[in-house]
Amino acid sequence: MMDKQTTSALLYLDGISVSFDGFKALNELSFIVEPGEMRAIIGPNGAGKTTMMDVISGKTRPDEGDVFFEEGKHDLSKLDETEIAMLGIGRKFQKPTVFEMHTVEDNLQLSLRNDRSVRATLFWQSSAEQEKRIDDVLDIVRLRPLRQRIAGSLSHGQKQWLEIAMLLAQDPKLLLVDEPVAGMTDVETMQTAELLREINKTKTVVVVEHDMAFVRELGVKVTCLHEGSVLAEGTIDDVSTNDRVVEVYLGR
Amino acid sequence: MMSAHPLLRLLDRGSTLFLVLLGAFAIAIPVLNLLVPAGSALHVSTYFVALFGKYVCYGLLALSIDLIWGYVGILSLGHGAFFALGGYAMGMYLMRQIGDRGVYANPILPDFMVFLNWSELPIFWYGFNNFAYAMLMVLLVPGLLAFVFGWFAFRSRVTGVYLSIITQAMTYALLLGFFRNNFGFGGNNGLTDFKDILGFNVQADGTRNALLVISCLMLAICFLLCRAIVTSKFGKVLIGIRDAESRTRFLGYRVEAYKLFVFTVSACMAGVAGALYVPQVGIINPGEFAPANSIEAVIWVAVGGRGTLTGAVLGAFVVNYAKTFFTSGFLAPYWLFMLGGLFIGTTLFMPRGIIGTYNNWRANQAEKKAAAKDNVVPAASPHAAE
Repeated sequence: MMDKQTTSALLYLDGISVSFDGFKALNELSFIVEPGEMRAIIGPNGAGKTTMMDVISGKTRPDEGDVFFEEGKHDLSKLDETEIAMLGIGRKFQKPTVFEMHTVEDNLQLSLRNDRSVRATLFWQSSAEQEKRIDDVLDIVRLRPLRQRIAGSLSHGQKQWLEIAMLLAQDPKLLLVDEPVAGMTDVETMQTAELLREINKTKTVVVVEHDMAFVRELGVKVTCLHEGSVLAEGTIDDVSTNDRVVEVYLGR
Repeated sequence: MMSAHPLLRLLDRGSTLFLVLLGAFAIAIPVLNLLVPAGSALHVSTYFVALFGKYVCYGLLALSIDLIWGYVGILSLGHGAFFALGGYAMGMYLMRQIGDRGVYANPILPDFMVFLNWSELPIFWYGFNNFAYAMLMVLLVPGLLAFVFGWFAFRSRVTGVYLSIITQAMTYALLLGFFRNNFGFGGNNGLTDFKDILGFNVQADGTRNALLVISCLMLAICFLLCRAIVTSKFGKVLIGIRDAESRTRFLGYRVEAYKLFVFTVSACMAGVAGALYVPQVGIINPGEFAPANSIEAVIWVAVGGRGTLTGAVLGAFVVNYAKTFFTSGFLAPYWLFMLGGLFIGTTLFMPRGIIGTYNNWRANQAEKKAAAKDNVVPAASPHAAE
């Protein structure tokens, strides 16, 4: 095992175990993500993909193991969701979660990287620079014409994109993206793959996804989880021809 | 739109109308009571002045509940406790003002203490002969309780119905405490027989009208404060917490700090409402802590329309007027059934309350108008389609 202090990894998980009422959701899970990388995580239902996201983002504390961020600088298992978000880890949920009663613009305004304290938001004033930043982010996800729309009135796919835009507005170092193309049409799926590749030019991304066509389209290193640990890792071709992966996940 | 002047942001149409109406009542009622002779058809009775003043205090309590329930989704079923604590703080001041005019003519001790054979004033009664100190306590006592309560509850992420239940338990515990004579707040009878406030007789018409005007003024100030909170970016975060708490947390907001701040502000406002209420009704007793009172206040907000601020105040007026009206006639025994029916009816048929339903209807009208306009344009130039 690597020494945590000398790892160059942006995200470093070592021997993570989490159990719920005796069920081992994660079982000595270890893997690392290098800075600038995009990693796809696949695996059957119950493999522990979402639990892994929960551990990284601070929602669930690991029973055992180490989670480090930025070359071992930050021990994520000791921080809560808010602190982890402020370190620069953005998370998109499986079910698109945007502020439905707010406009697209307000959703992004709340996400922009600004002082999050009570006092700062009470006396906050928008600026031209902030407005431009919102436009820029909207351009990336192609939602700019919908800036004044109420988020609740967007289509499912648009909500997924808005949530990705909210992550971008946070200006994170690492994006955790949980099933971004669930419920999307084929065209939207391909557009999303393109969008994530674009984002990956400047940010590190971890994507959990079931859609193999989408994962293939991403063309990145794939980690397959099974029963809470890593079953196989490598290119999509390596992983998808791995006998164990075929057996437990893809089917023959 | 977003960079509009802060004052414009506070005063939308509904808010302006609300403040104008409130101001009109605050001027008209004292004028019609004090300046129009009693025989005239335009004369407003002192009874009505006191009644309206009481409604204004209820309106302020409703406003404080709407701030946390309508905008952050914290359903407090114990807000009556903060109202009553503010009331007790004011009551203690008024008791100390009685001086030697009490039945037992003790210059320091209120009557109930003499009756209980107490020889000296309990320490927590010190300072209440000073008006400024008492007013500070009106804010501080409810605020501090809310802060401590909220600090534990929100940090432990107690939400929804569980939070509602512990707020009920809180007000019930206070009810039992204040009922006890040795608690030092007059026990069962509470505090009453007030004589004067800042040297003015509390029973005098002039004082009653002044209290009404001050109540309206405080309601207006608190309303503007609430508007400032909910229209700021802070307010948008609150709505975010209400609709998607975990999203807000994962965006890096300290949800518990936001809840704690607004819960404490709300409790202070409820305390002010209670403090204004007590001199106008002339009594404060442990009954004000009754869980049913807090639930009733929530019904006002639901009826008026939560998350609208103006609706909360309107709801308090409408339901309390109905209460005054129905409990003074032959329907009196059935009032609680009506209140229950009103709550069920509102929830089933008008979940957005009076103001919410009206806003919805207006938005629909505007949409229809816009849609009609869109249809007219192509119809007017049929050639373009060919």
